[in-house]
Amino acid sequence: MSKQFLTRAAMAAVVALASATAIARTPDDTLVMALKIDDIITLDPAEVFEFSGAEYAAQVYDRLISYDVRDVSRILPGAAESWTISDDGRTFTFKIRDGITFHSGNPLTARDAAFSLRRVVKLDQSPAFILTQLGWNADNVDGLVRALDDRTLQFTTDQSYAPTFVLYLLTAGVGSVVDEKLAMEHEVDGDLGHGWLRTNSAGSGAFKLNAWRPNESLVLDRNDDYWQGSPGFRRAFVRHIPESATQSLLLQNGDIDIARNLTPEQLAVLRGNPAYNVEASPKGAIWYLGLNTRRGPFQNIEVRNALKFLIDYDTIRDTILGGQMVVHQAFLPRGFLGALEETPYSYDPAKARELLAAAGYADGFSITMDTRNNFPVMDMAQAIQASFAEAGIELEIIPGDGSQTLTKYRARNHDIYIGRWGPDYQDPHTNADTFANNPDNSDDAGFKPLAWRNAWDIPALSRQTQAALLERDPARRAEMYLDLQREHQQVSPFVIMFQETEVIASRSDMGGMVWGPSFDDNRYWQGTKN
Amino acid sequence: MVDPVSARPAGSRRRLSLPRPIAVAVGIVAQVGLTLLGLLLVTFLIGRVVPVDPVLAAVGDRAPQAVYERVRIELGLHLPLHEQFVVYVGKVVTGDFGESVLTARPVIEDIAHVFPATLELATIGVLIGILFGIPAGVVAAVHQGRWPDQLVRVFGLVGYSVPIFWLGLVGLLLFYAHWGLVAGPGRLDIFYEGLVEPVTGLIMVDALLAGEVEIFWNAVSHLLLPAGLLGYFSLAYISRMTRSFMIDQLRQEYVTTARVKGVAEWRVIWVHALRNIQVPLITVIALSYANLLEGSVLTETVFAWPGLGQYITNSLRKADMNAVLGGTVVVGTCFIALNMVSDLLYRLLDPRAR
Repeated sequence: MSKQFLTRAAMAAVVALASATAIARTPDDTLVMALKIDDIITLDPAEVFEFSGAEYAAQVYDRLISYDVRDVSRILPGAAESWTISDDGRTFTFKIRDGITFHSGNPLTARDAAFSLRRVVKLDQSPAFILTQLGWNADNVDGLVRALDDRTLQFTTDQSYAPTFVLYLLTAGVGSVVDEKLAMEHEVDGDLGHGWLRTNSAGSGAFKLNAWRPNESLVLDRNDDYWQGSPGFRRAFVRHIPESATQSLLLQNGDIDIARNLTPEQLAVLRGNPAYNVEASPKGAIWYLGLNTRRGPFQNIEVRNALKFLIDYDTIRDTILGGQMVVHQAFLPRGFLGALEETPYSYDPAKARELLAAAGYADGFSITMDTRNNFPVMDMAQAIQASFAEAGIELEIIPGDGSQTLTKYRARNHDIYIGRWGPDYQDPHTNADTFANNPDNSDDAGFKPLAWRNAWDIPALSRQTQAALLERDPARRAEMYLDLQREHQQVSPFVIMFQETEVIASRSDMGGMVWGPSFDDNRYWQGTKN
Repeated sequence: MVDPVSARPAGSRRRLSLPRPIAVAVGIVAQVGLTLLGLLLVTFLIGRVVPVDPVLAAVGDRAPQAVYERVRIELGLHLPLHEQFVVYVGKVVTGDFGESVLTARPVIEDIAHVFPATLELATIGVLIGILFGIPAGVVAAVHQGRWPDQLVRVFGLVGYSVPIFWLGLVGLLLFYAHWGLVAGPGRLDIFYEGLVEPVTGLIMVDALLAGEVEIFWNAVSHLLLPAGLLGYFSLAYISRMTRSFMIDQLRQEYVTTARVKGVAEWRVIWVHALRNIQVPLITVIALSYANLLEGSVLTETVFAWPGLGQYITNSLRKADMNAVLGGTVVVGTCFIALNMVSDLLYRLLDPRAR
């Protein structure tokens, strides 16, 4: 009796409550997006180096220049309206646009731009290397990066680099223009406002920071005075929803407008439904296997190539990745200057066995692979395990947490590492520098690119990478990268497999959002609801 | 009932009681201090033994070697282990739990934000567990072996054995997506977020303090499903334990005596017998509550609930040791506090323990 009564009472309470809560619909002037944002560890553009953090910085800060997300070879003006390069190729002069104001109300000048670049170098956080590549350091940067007047920024590099290289560096997050006056008001112990900017903002972008609650939400408010025009949304609300099934439910219930982390199965359900748009946007990240050349058979080029024939590329793409990646086998992703789109390797166990026999491994061998224990890495690893077995290679998968496997990889303690690499900036040098450059292969090297992690000693290729960096003619430069990738494809201990595509599911009344080749290029400001 | 304490001569008690409160207080402080220190030490060592590089969490994979080295020294990781621990404890004693690498904020601030979220969930959860679990257990014991008993048993078994993750999703699918009875994941609808000034961090309380009744109901609607889910699990445990305690009591002679004396059956069960299982039940409830206060990572993940469980797990995975240790202290303190409260309740409820 009492139980029945209690049950009835509980049911009544639930029903009463439900009628009090109207079924939620997101307001027309608000963008509500579900995205995993637990990677954000800082909001300071001089430190941001995470996907979600980069996306945040791109909404809140203006950069000196940018590029066309549909054709990255077109470099576009930003806070700088024009620029010139000296004949020796070392001095760059930028004309800063008049009339941009920061969210604080301070005008944006060349002095802010110079301060921002110097600040990145002096703070020396993770992404600082993007700028210090130009020969800048904390001691010389004040002399090399200068504001000639309020409208003119000039800087000098230590060598005559490819102009495209220098310009692409400035399109990265470290090229964000920070409000000098506001940052310095919050300076503590000479930190150039770093402590404060880690959780606050000082930008001039389309949106201003309202609140960042770590692992919970990011709230951005419209900047009505944005120089390119006021954004469509009054507020952009990014909510951290870790579970993709929850994201899917929220989207279908109308509580969010966009879901960013759905699985292929969840997307398949939405694809057929006119209430939703499912868009694919190629991203720069590539997936690869790193073969440690210090381990067992990987010293041998034929063995490495055998493995390249032992990946069932098409099946993995179609069944596991469900359209979220394309097959890609060169270290420069599609969309980059000089990207090689040829895919000479396909699944061919007979060919692989032949190569292994020639190398003296007719009976195969046993090897381990350090693997992150999440989707899609684990699933890919299992498919690879099955196809390796076709040539007698017994692959043991060692599952681990992200930072666990990475720690091992960085110490060169792996046999095979299955990993993902996203470019740091839009210039081809970013990937060439890590996949095809290893000036010092010793254990205590100062520079430890991916080639180093796999103990791949390549003096000749390293020189070619360096030469391509200095080539001033863009067409010739692209040609050099193509050559570099072709050779790399044949000899390297990297089995490059896929290029990532971000798939975004949104309600069909959403429009105007820009999804570019990197997270820096995802822009909300033109987004609207019909 | 006989009270053995009151049977003792009053004088002898008084003479002993003078220095006692001080001794007890000192004892408690020492005990709590040592327990927390031990807890910290173990957590600290585990954190250092785990093959995860805390510097990576701070600088990311791409940082050049020089940056990496600088941050390693900033984090004090170049010191020998025992020195790191001493430095850490020294800071904790002065109330400085350090800064979280992942959120760029003081750990204490983070915890002040995530702990109330968990507290809210756990408190409602355990209340549901008590409210439904105890009567269910009593009913099951009284009807031992018959259908009400079987019903409670099966219901409890489902609670024990079904993964909470799955149950959470099914709950969302039905109550939120399908029937629209409750609000979805998160603590509040987005238009309400940030409207109420956090005072206690408990949104329901803060909303009432601010006089925002609408926000209060919205918070309740968000809380209902996850709290109900956690409540179901603690219900399963509490009802199971209540049942076995009750069965034990119902066999006692005083129950037979009461029945022979003609006391009404409901009185025998709900007053006489139930009263005697209070003490062991308190332990069960305290344990259940403490478990919920640790935070339920899976529930928090499914419901996008920014609580302590997610915070500690996230931090542990990225080797953010300041955050992990701070969270551990909170969980440890909860356990100790609940233990002390249940000890205190024993004394109040069970004359023999006085």
